[in-house]
Amino acid sequence: MSFLPYVVAVWVCVIGLYGIVTSRHLIHAIICLSVVQSSTYVLLLAIGYRKGYAAPIFIDIPRSTKAVDPVVQALTLTDVVVGGAVTALLLAIAVQLDKHLGTLDPDELDPLRD
Amino acid sequence: MARQAPPRRRPGELSFAGRRRLFVVGAVGLAGLLLWGLAGLPDFSTFTPVYGQVLNRVAVEERSTTDVVTAVNFDYRGFDTLGEEFILFAAVLVLGLLLRALAEERRGKIDDDAPRRHPGKTSDAVRLTTVALVGPTVLLAIYITAHGHLTPGGGFQGGVIAATALLLVYLGGDYAAMRRVRPLTLVTTAKAAGAGGFVLIGLGGLIFAGAFLQNFLPLGQPGHLVAAGTIPLLSLAVGLEVAGGFVLLLSELLDQLLVLRRRRERRSQ
Amino acid sequence: MSSIPFATDLADLAPVAVAGPFLVAAILVTALPFTRRHVELIAALATSLVVALCVALLLKALHETGPVVSRLGGWQPRPGGVVVGINFTFDSLGAALALLAAVLVAAAQAFTLRFAAAVGATFHALLLVFLGGLVGFALTGDLFNMFVFFELMSVSAYALTAYRIERADSLQGALTFAFTNSVGAIMILFGIALLYGRTGALNLAAVGQALAGRESDGLVVVAFAMITGGFLVKAAIVPFHFWLADAYAVAPTPAGIVFTGVMSDLGIYAVARIYQTVFQAPLAPHAGGVRAVLIGFAVATALLGAVMALGQDHLKRLLAFVTISQIGLGLIGVGLLTPDATAGVALLISADGLLRAGLFVCLGAVLHRCGSVYQSRVHGAGKAMQRVWPVLFTAGTLGLAALPPFGAFWGKALIEGAAADQGYGWIPAVFFVATVLTAAALLRAGARVFLGWGAQSTSSSDPREPKAEERELEESRRRVPQAMLASAAALILAGLALGALPRVIDRAQQGAHVFADREAYAAAVLGRPIPTRPPVAAAHIGAFEVVLALVTVLAAVALAAMLLGRVRIPFTPPAGLRRAAERGFLRLRRLHSGQIGDYVAWATLGFAVLGGTLALAT
Repeated sequence: MSFLPYVVAVWVCVIGLYGIVTSRHLIHAIICLSVVQSSTYVLLLAIGYRKGYAAPIFIDIPRSTKAVDPVVQALTLTDVVVGGAVTALLLAIAVQLDKHLGTLDPDELDPLRD
Repeated sequence: MARQAPPRRRPGELSFAGRRRLFVVGAVGLAGLLLWGLAGLPDFSTFTPVYGQVLNRVAVEERSTTDVVTAVNFDYRGFDTLGEEFILFAAVLVLGLLLRALAEERRGKIDDDAPRRHPGKTSDAVRLTTVALVGPTVLLAIYITAHGHLTPGGGFQGGVIAATALLLVYLGGDYAAMRRVRPLTLVTTAKAAGAGGFVLIGLGGLIFAGAFLQNFLPLGQPGHLVAAGTIPLLSLAVGLEVAGGFVLLLSELLDQLLVLRRRRERRSQ
Repeated sequence: MSSIPFATDLADLAPVAVAGPFLVAAILVTALPFTRRHVELIAALATSLVVALCVALLLKALHETGPVVSRLGGWQPRPGGVVVGINFTFDSLGAALALLAAVLVAAAQAFTLRFAAAVGATFHALLLVFLGGLVGFALTGDLFNMFVFFELMSVSAYALTAYRIERADSLQGALTFAFTNSVGAIMILFGIALLYGRTGALNLAAVGQALAGRESDGLVVVAFAMITGGFLVKAAIVPFHFWLADAYAVAPTPAGIVFTGVMSDLGIYAVARIYQTVFQAPLAPHAGGVRAVLIGFAVATALLGAVMALGQDHLKRLLAFVTISQIGLGLIGVGLLTPDATAGVALLISADGLLRAGLFVCLGAVLHRCGSVYQSRVHGAGKAMQRVWPVLFTAGTLGLAALPPFGAFWGKALIEGAAADQGYGWIPAVFFVATVLTAAALLRAGARVFLGWGAQSTSSSDPREPKAEERELEESRRRVPQAMLASAAALILAGLALGALPRVIDRAQQGAHVFADREAYAAAVLGRPIPTRPPVAAAHIGAFEVVLALVTVLAAVALAAMLLGRVRIPFTPPAGLRRAAERGFLRLRRLHSGQIGDYVAWATLGFAVLGGTLALAT
C-alpha cells in the first residue's frame, strides 16, 4: 500500500521547523510553529484511517458497520485545541512585545543575552 | 518576502548561515530518523488499533451516544479534555492580563476615537449579510454543542462557532458595536464557569458513582437528545469555556490591533 | 440514587489533587470582577489540601507492594488487556514528586503573602493551574495524558513567565521558553503516535505489554528517542537547555521557586517512567547502549551547566545554570537504569529541589531589598540584610554540594555506587567537578552579595549597561517580609532534613524497585495479582563516599576563596592558556544567544543526535 501520508507528516514537520529557524518575523515564526503542530494531526489521522470504513458515528448506520479509529480523532481534537491555545498565547505575547519595542524582527529584539 | 539585509550578530554568535547549516544537518538527521521509525508502522490504511475497535463496539451501548469520538473525548478520555480545558484557561488568563493593561493604557479614550477609525467604509451589502448571519451562527453553535453526543460536533466546535458571531459583528457593524455585545465580565465569568463546571461534574462522578468523571446520570436511549448521562453537560461546559475563551482572544487581538494602528498613524504623522 | 457509593479507596481521591486546584482557580477567576478579598487565603487553602492529599497518597504508596491505580471514569480494563480509560498509576516516587510540587507551590504562595496588590488573583489562579498540571503529570499512567499535562504545565509556566507584561525581557523569556518546549511536545506526540500505530494502546502498561513480545526495531528506537528528547527539553539537557536560563532569569520569583525546584526534575522523572514501563522490555538487550547515550548527554549537561554557572553575573541566571548542571547529574542516575540509581535520583532531586527553591527565595529577598540581582550591582549590599540570610544561603549551598549527612549526599552516594556496579567508575569524577564548580559559584556569589568580599567587578562579562530592573513588589524596600524569610528557612531546612527522615534510603530503594518493576506495574493496571519481588538488598554507603563528599565540599570552598582573592594561588597559569580558556568560555556564552532560531536549530540537532546515537547503540 502507501507510505505517502507519513512522508507528508514528516515533510510538514521539518519545513515548519525550517521556517522557525530562518524566520525574520515573530508572527511568521509563530505560524510556522503551528505548521509543525499540524504535522501531528496528519500523522495521527493517517494512523487511524482505513479506506472504505465509515466515520465512527453510529446514528444512521448499523452499529456493526466497520468504522475508522475514533481514538486518533479524539486525540487530534484535543491536540488542535492545545495547539490553538499555545498559538493564541504566543500571538498575544508577540503583540505586547511589539508595543514595547516597535519591532518583531528577532534580530532587532534585544533579549537578556549574555 | 523581500530580501532583507543579513541580521546583525555579535562576535562569537552563530551567524545566520551557520545557524541554517546547523539546522540542515539536524533536520536531515531528524527527518531520516522519523522516516525510519514510520517505516515500522503498518502500511497506510491497513491498521485497526485495538483500542478504537473495542470502543467502536461498546461505546454506543455503554454510553448511549452515537458519536464515539464524543464519547472518547468526554468520557473514556475525559481527563485529557479536562487538562486541555485548563490549557485554554491558562492561555486566556494571560489575554485577560493584556486586556486590563490595555484598558489602563487608554483610560476610556477608545469610544471617542471609534467613529474616526471606522468612517463608514463597510458597504451596506456586507453589513446586511453579516448582521443577517449573526443569528443563524449563534443558533448553529447551540445546535452543534447540544447534539455533540449524537452527530459530529460538541462543545469545542460549537464554542468556536459561537465566537465567530463576534467576528461577524466586527466585520459588519463597527468596533463600538462589537464592544457592546461582549460584556467582558460576563464572558470571563462564562468561561470560568465552563471550566469550573467541568470539574464539578467530574467531582459529582466521584461522589455519586465512585470515580472521578464517572457517569452518574441516567443514560437514556442512544440517538435521543436527552441521553448519554453527563456527556451533554460536559460538552456544554466545554462549549461555554471555548466560546468565552475565543471571544476574549479575538477581542483582545482586535483591540491591540486598533491601538497599534493608531500609534503607527500617529508616528507617521 | 438509593445508595451513595462514596469513594471508599484513597486512590479514588487522587484526581482531586489535580481537579481541586483547577476548580479553585476557576472560582478565583469568576470572583475576580466582584471581589479581590481572601484570594491568597483561598489559594493557600487549596494548596494545603493538595499537600495533605499528596502526603496521604505517599503514605498509601509506601504501604503497597505495587503501584497504586486510580481509574478515572471508573473504567475497568477489558478482556485481552485493553485499557479503555485513563489511569493514574503511581508509586511512592511519583507521589513524592507530586508532594514536592505542592510544597513548592505553597512556598511560592507564602512568598507572595501580604503583596496582594502586586500579585493579583490571576497570578494565583495560574499558579494553581500549574500545580494541577505538575501533579497530574507526576501521577498519570497514560501516554497521551502525559502529553496533555506536559502541555498544561508548559502553558501555565509560559503564562507565569510572561506575567509581568510590562517588561520586554519577561515576554521574550516566555517566547523562547514556549517555542523550544512546544517543539519538544510535538516530538513527544510523534513518538506517541508511533507507539499507537504499533500497539493500538495509550496506557503505559498496555503499550509496554504489547511491545514486550517483540524484538526492538526502528519504530521502537525512534519512538523512544522522540519521547525522551521531548522530555529532555523540559529537563533542559544539553543541547535542549538554552531556554531555561532565559526563562528562569526573568520569571517572577514565586514562579521561579517552583520552576527551579520541580519542573525540570519532572522531565527526567518522565524519561525514567517511560523507559521502565514501556521500553524496558524491548530495549533490554540494548540496555548498555541506552545507558551510554543517556549518560553521555547527562555528563555534557552537568559540566556545561557548571562552567556556565561560574561565569554568571545575574544571580537568577547563575541559579538557572546550577539547576541545569544538577538535572544533568540526576539524568546520570536515570540513565544508569537500575533501581538503586533511581532511588538515588529520587533523593537527589527532592533534596536539591527544596534547596534550590530555598536559594531562589533568598535571591528574591536580595532583589526585594537591594533592587537588583546582578552581583556587580549589589556587591556588599546584602550586608544590610538580617544576618540570617547569609547563613541560610550558605547552608543551602552546602546542602546542594552534598555535604554529609544531608539529603543530597545519600542520593549522590547511591548513584555513584550504582555507577560503579554498571562499570561507570568514573562518574564520581563528574560529580566532583560539577559540584565543586556550582558550589563555588554559589559561595562566591553569596560572599560578594552578603559580605562584600572580592573585588567589585564592573560586570566583566556584560559590556553593556545592565538593564534597569524593577522591584517585583511595590512595598518599601526597607524590610524583607517575615513570610519570605519563613518560606526560605522552611525550604532549606526541609531540604537538609530530608536525609534524617526515618529509613529514608531504605524507603527510596523500596519505592525505586516498585518503580522499575514493569511486571508489577502492568499487573496493577490490568487488575492481575502483583508478583512477589525478592527483598531489596540495602545499599552500602562506605567511608570512601563520605570522605569524597567532604573533599568535594572543601574543594568548593577553596575554589570560591581563590576566586574571591582571599587565598593566594601559589602559581600563575600561563597567559596563553588563560586567554584560550577565556576565548572558549566567551564562545560558549555567546551560543546562548537568546535567539529562538538558534535554540530551535540546536534542539533539532539534539533530536537527530539523540536518535542517531540510540540507533547506533541498539
